[in-house]
Amino acid sequence: MMLRKDMVENQAEMEVKAPTALIGLAGQPNVGKSTLFNLLTGLNQHVGNWPGKTIEHREGFCKIGEREARLVDLPGTYSLTANSPEELVAREFVIREQPDVLIAMVSAASLEQSLYLVSELICLPAPLVIALNMVDVAKQEGILVEPDVLQAAIGVPVVPVIAARAVGVRELVAVVDQVLRGEVLVTPNLPDIRADHRDVQREVFRLIRDFVPEPYPADWSAMKLLEGDEEMTGLIRPLLPPENRARLDRLLGQHEDAMLAIASGRYEWIGRMIRAAVVNPGLGRISLTDRIDKIATHPQLGVLVLAGILGLVFWLTFSLGAPIQKWMETRLIAWMVETTAQVLAPAPSWVSGLFTDGVLGGVGTVLTFVPIMVIFFTCFGLLEDIGYMTRAAYVMDNFMHMMGLHGTSFLPLFLGFGCNVPAVMGTRVIESRSARLLTILIAPLVPCMARMGVVAFIAPAFFGAQATLVSWGLILLSLILLVLVGIVLSKLVFRGEQSAFIMEMPLYHIPNGRTIFMLVWHRTISFVQKAGTVILAFSVVVWALSTLPHGEMQTSFMAQLGHLLAPVGRWMGLDWRLSVALLSSFLAKENAIATLGVLFSNAEGSGLADAMAAVYPPASGLAFLTVTMLFIPCAATLSVIRTETGSRAWPLVSVIIMLALSTLSGVVVFHLATALGMGA
Amino acid sequence: MFRFPQRHPKHERQPGGETLLSDLQEGEEGRVVRVQGGHRLENRMAVLGFTPGAQLSVIQNPGFGPLIVSLRGTRIALGRQESKKVVITRGTA
Repeated sequence: MMLRKDMVENQAEMEVKAPTALIGLAGQPNVGKSTLFNLLTGLNQHVGNWPGKTIEHREGFCKIGEREARLVDLPGTYSLTANSPEELVAREFVIREQPDVLIAMVSAASLEQSLYLVSELICLPAPLVIALNMVDVAKQEGILVEPDVLQAAIGVPVVPVIAARAVGVRELVAVVDQVLRGEVLVTPNLPDIRADHRDVQREVFRLIRDFVPEPYPADWSAMKLLEGDEEMTGLIRPLLPPENRARLDRLLGQHEDAMLAIASGRYEWIGRMIRAAVVNPGLGRISLTDRIDKIATHPQLGVLVLAGILGLVFWLTFSLGAPIQKWMETRLIAWMVETTAQVLAPAPSWVSGLFTDGVLGGVGTVLTFVPIMVIFFTCFGLLEDIGYMTRAAYVMDNFMHMMGLHGTSFLPLFLGFGCNVPAVMGTRVIESRSARLLTILIAPLVPCMARMGVVAFIAPAFFGAQATLVSWGLILLSLILLVLVGIVLSKLVFRGEQSAFIMEMPLYHIPNGRTIFMLVWHRTISFVQKAGTVILAFSVVVWALSTLPHGEMQTSFMAQLGHLLAPVGRWMGLDWRLSVALLSSFLAKENAIATLGVLFSNAEGSGLADAMAAVYPPASGLAFLTVTMLFIPCAATLSVIRTETGSRAWPLVSVIIMLALSTLSGVVVFHLATALGMGA
Repeated sequence: MFRFPQRHPKHERQPGGETLLSDLQEGEEGRVVRVQGGHRLENRMAVLGFTPGAQLSVIQNPGFGPLIVSLRGTRIALGRQESKKVVITRGTA
């Protein structure tokens, strides 16, 4: 019997430490998992990478009843095999971290397929709660799913939700709370292997049962071995006594087709589960998706539709984004530079220079691209969310085949027109590692806004009325080289390897503002973070190189470097000043203009362009523009290539490729142009 | 029911009235027999529902490039190479 005082103290202690819970959120791609995750965690989420991998790790906190639950968003996968790092990450999480509840999201609009992942998850020890999403989309197609019946069949709570409209989320949280408090007994009805293989499975289980290491469940491991799972096989075989191992090898060798029996068994289970729960009078009805797809995936019309949509995206980005960018450049950044100069007036001039030219000049200029990116990302995010992007990939697949790639590479490459950084980041959607690498290597050949900005600025001075023609020509050159390099790389380096093209095409559905916002937010923030760190560091370095040792660019280290490279530059008709400008564009493409401005000191704005035209023959101007267009990727792009490929080698390869391309093109263009009479 | 084989160049005759998915016309239905071309592809497609006995119908098949099938209530786009590896029998029974 405790004294009242003790009881009161203990109570107080318990209230101070609110119980916590670990919850996993799993689901196939396209079921609306991220929408739910965003709803549950709001902005309380943290995005990083799974340790040692380039797979995005998202987790956040949400309130479940009285608990602070840590919600981890698992990578969207169709199954839990060992064939991709995403699947391995997902299943390792469930097995090792042992979440208190696992929310499995399925889509009522594609129930059979999305239940496949559930058929795998249900065999793992974590208690399952199924969130049945998109009941509205299903209803539109005439498909009605009865969650209670499904729940009774599977033996696991099933909560209908419409994540896109935040419907059913409260109920879902309540059910998860009940499971956490042990008020609901979860008694799953497990799938079995197809009948003709049951004995084999029992035998495998018997052979390994006593040797399976914690925390892997033995029956699950037996099934994985039969599936031919490389990771589990590698883990368990060495732990078996030689006799068991030999028997196991023989058994597995005789039943190499067991995976089919397992998959069939799962789909049989799924079939039974949904037979009672799904009412589908809509069979044979032409859905809205079908009607739109008649045009959107039409072999010829589809391409036109795509071109039209992308043209629209471009137009929106430029007409809305460019003015904002201009404003930022001329007002905001200029104001910041002035203010900083004033504030730092008492300090030595190099400090002021460091901040105004180095920091603000570099970082500031890059940041002015943020409005353009936000618009671009929003358009893309919208197209992605309604489900159109899979159609775009389908339509472009034929063309991408030339480069040994699939339609799925087209989208990240198109993002490159805005900025190469999100293009490289966007290659995450590509499943095959070699296809992803190839796409990353050719992405810098997509002319980004910054490069086009430099061209747009300088071309008129040299070519007057023909400036637009020249600009388009340069863009075309870049794209032609992109295809050529893609073809060469895929034949030589990737040896014509082609991954399988299998892509689920979800039904079109109403976009969700919150999801799109989160997408845009994360992409923009990561770019800004890059600007904040990498570019800041480089800004200072470039500024230092261009001012030291005497405080003026003409005699700086940078200039010395330019002089050093002058002989090479001369092949392309570039003198040391243009070479220096090129070097500074490594940081950010638009720096080329700023540097030239300094080198031609006193020549500002359009005065600079004219000043250059007076000094250089058109052939040099053309060569300079060509080289700038194809020059090595900017610092931010290289840094992202490094993180996405997880190695320092690939950014180097990219640099070498672009360097080679740009110098060769520069030389060819210069001599060709001179021969055509544009020389000095 | 006997059907005259469709006129397609490089058409592989499969034993026993079987044909390849790539040879199905738009609107036609079929039943999966097996997926050829290695375990990797076979397993990957099994996960998405291409198991022996699975019923599918062709939504779009332009004769070149990828095609779109409806399988287990979901639309799936498949590359031409991949569709040539799916052996099916025509019809629903």
